Amino acid sequence: MAGEDDIAIRVEGLKNAFGDQVVHENLDLEVRRGEIIGVVGGSGTGKSVLMRSIIGLQRPEAGEVTVFGVPMTGESLHTPEAEAIRRRWGVLFQNGALFSTLTVAENVEVPLREYYPALDQELLDEIAGYKIVMSGLPVDAGPKFPSELSGGMRKRAGLARALALDPELLFLDEPTAGLDPIGAAAFDELLHDLSRTLGLTVFLITHDLDTLYAICDRVAVLADRRVIAVGTIPELLALDHPWIQEYFNGPRGRNAAQSAERAGTGRD
Amino acid sequence: MSDAADFTIDDQRVLRLSGEWTLARLGEVPRRIEALDTPPARIDLSDVPRIDTVGAWLVHRLSRDSGAAIDGTNADAAQLIDQVAKADQATTVRAEHVSPTTRILSQVGLATVTAGQTLVGLVGFFGAILISFWSVVRHPRRFRGNAVTRQFEVVGVDALGIIGLMSFLIGIVIAQQGAVQLRQFGAEVFTINLIGRITLRELGVLMTAIMVAGRSGSAFAAQIGSMKLAEEVDAMRTIGIAPMEALVLPRVIATVVLMPLLGFYASLVAIVGGGILCWISLDIPPATYIQRMREVVPMTDLWVGLVKAPVFGAIIAMAGCFQGMQVQGNAEEVGLRTTAAVVQAIFLVIVLDAFFAVFFSSIGWI
Repeated sequence: MAGEDDIAIRVEGLKNAFGDQVVHENLDLEVRRGEIIGVVGGSGTGKSVLMRSIIGLQRPEAGEVTVFGVPMTGESLHTPEAEAIRRRWGVLFQNGALFSTLTVAENVEVPLREYYPALDQELLDEIAGYKIVMSGLPVDAGPKFPSELSGGMRKRAGLARALALDPELLFLDEPTAGLDPIGAAAFDELLHDLSRTLGLTVFLITHDLDTLYAICDRVAVLADRRVIAVGTIPELLALDHPWIQEYFNGPRGRNAAQSAERAGTGRD
Repeated sequence: MSDAADFTIDDQRVLRLSGEWTLARLGEVPRRIEALDTPPARIDLSDVPRIDTVGAWLVHRLSRDSGAAIDGTNADAAQLIDQVAKADQATTVRAEHVSPTTRILSQVGLATVTAGQTLVGLVGFFGAILISFWSVVRHPRRFRGNAVTRQFEVVGVDALGIIGLMSFLIGIVIAQQGAVQLRQFGAEVFTINLIGRITLRELGVLMTAIMVAGRSGSAFAAQIGSMKLAEEVDAMRTIGIAPMEALVLPRVIATVVLMPLLGFYASLVAIVGGGILCWISLDIPPATYIQRMREVVPMTDLWVGLVKAPVFGAIIAMAGCFQGMQVQGNAEEVGLRTTAAVVQAIFLVIVLDAFFAVFFSSIGWI
């Protein structure tokens, strides 16, 4: 068990339900500081709902969520401490969720302007410029509108906006879904580099087995309305749960494992 | 919490940074750096416990602009500064500034071209509707009765309530305003002429057209537009269903058939509304009102309204479906196209109404 300071996110006894349909019950999860945790699970197991309850978009029926030791649920949703925590994370939604009336650069500047109105325009533009390059976008992407970008570039622009406030914690909802394999691999590498240089904790929802093998330190498996296991992929493989075995030992799982081995890197 | 970002500069032009050089703790530091008189020769980071990319960017920019060496960095800071230095490329962040004259001219030009294209497109769309109508006439089995019936319900039956209420109130307003003005000449009784002729000739159909454009024309554009976005229209084509026949024709037929009915209904309700006001405020009993109405309103007034109505209906349905079919790209476009459909429909209806007015008076239906 890691010490209290090493925990970035702690979820305890979470319960989420939509009407009669219970999505989570007694869900517990701990995310350590500085790790990239992958969240996997079948369709409809509530991966996105879990993310939304942690970032406060979904009000859970029961349970506690603490981020960097600050309670984020129920009454504490709007305390100054919780507001301060919100500046320390960035979220990348599934389709980028860029503001369609703003250019890429203006999108990146939105959180900066919101929280730091004192920054002057020149510095804002410079910050947007280097964030855009860091996120792997071409240098002339700044003045473009989201509708002019391809899916992969929209995700990168979304990442640039998520990174605008220099967050310590990054939430990513299926960042590589809908990207071609080359684009997805490049995105994986980008995430890995950024999280290492910026010391990010990354909460990553994915279906992409290659991503799991390539960059995740640990993987949390959602099934039966809770997190049934958390661990490195070898640890999970040692477990005897049918879904986990099916997932990692299915044809796609084995392929991903082999290609990760061939690449000779795996997780480092 | 440790200290906010700060710096001092000494005689040897060594810039000593202290505190947390992170976005949240920068405060006035960026402005003070800008205001430095002497460019530093050396930047010392040994008193900086934490730094993020924004802090690293400031340090990098200063060292880039002044050629100062960077000292005393720990591993993290060195890596961050290295990272932002790599990302320091000649980016364009804002679109190039265009002079207002050029912008206005290009906007006017663009609007003109768009208007021309829309007009040509509408004419082409009208042709396409005629062609698919003709092909349905020749192959009656392709006629989609269910879709047409469904549109009858949506465009007509569902609109009865709102159009009735609107017309009733309009009837009352005309009667009241007319009575006030005509009373000055002691000619209150001519209020009946006013109500009967204006509602049957003009207002019944025109107000109905505006209401149908707002209710159904916009709905057509939004429905077909979102179907285009979701590639439903393309899916239809690949299966071999002509979107013109499946989507556009039923809506056009329903609107063309229903507009005269709705317009007639609206005129009747307006006459009833006006009659009630005449009864209450002018003491004209309903029997006299109806009797007088039959004497003063010529049959041609009804024909004027009924001839115009299907034409208006066709324009409304065409504008809605045409704009819907033009949607491509993103959801924002659906909203823009929906607005365009309503604006175009109402505009064209009023333009045509003016032509009709001239036409009917020249053939003597006055």
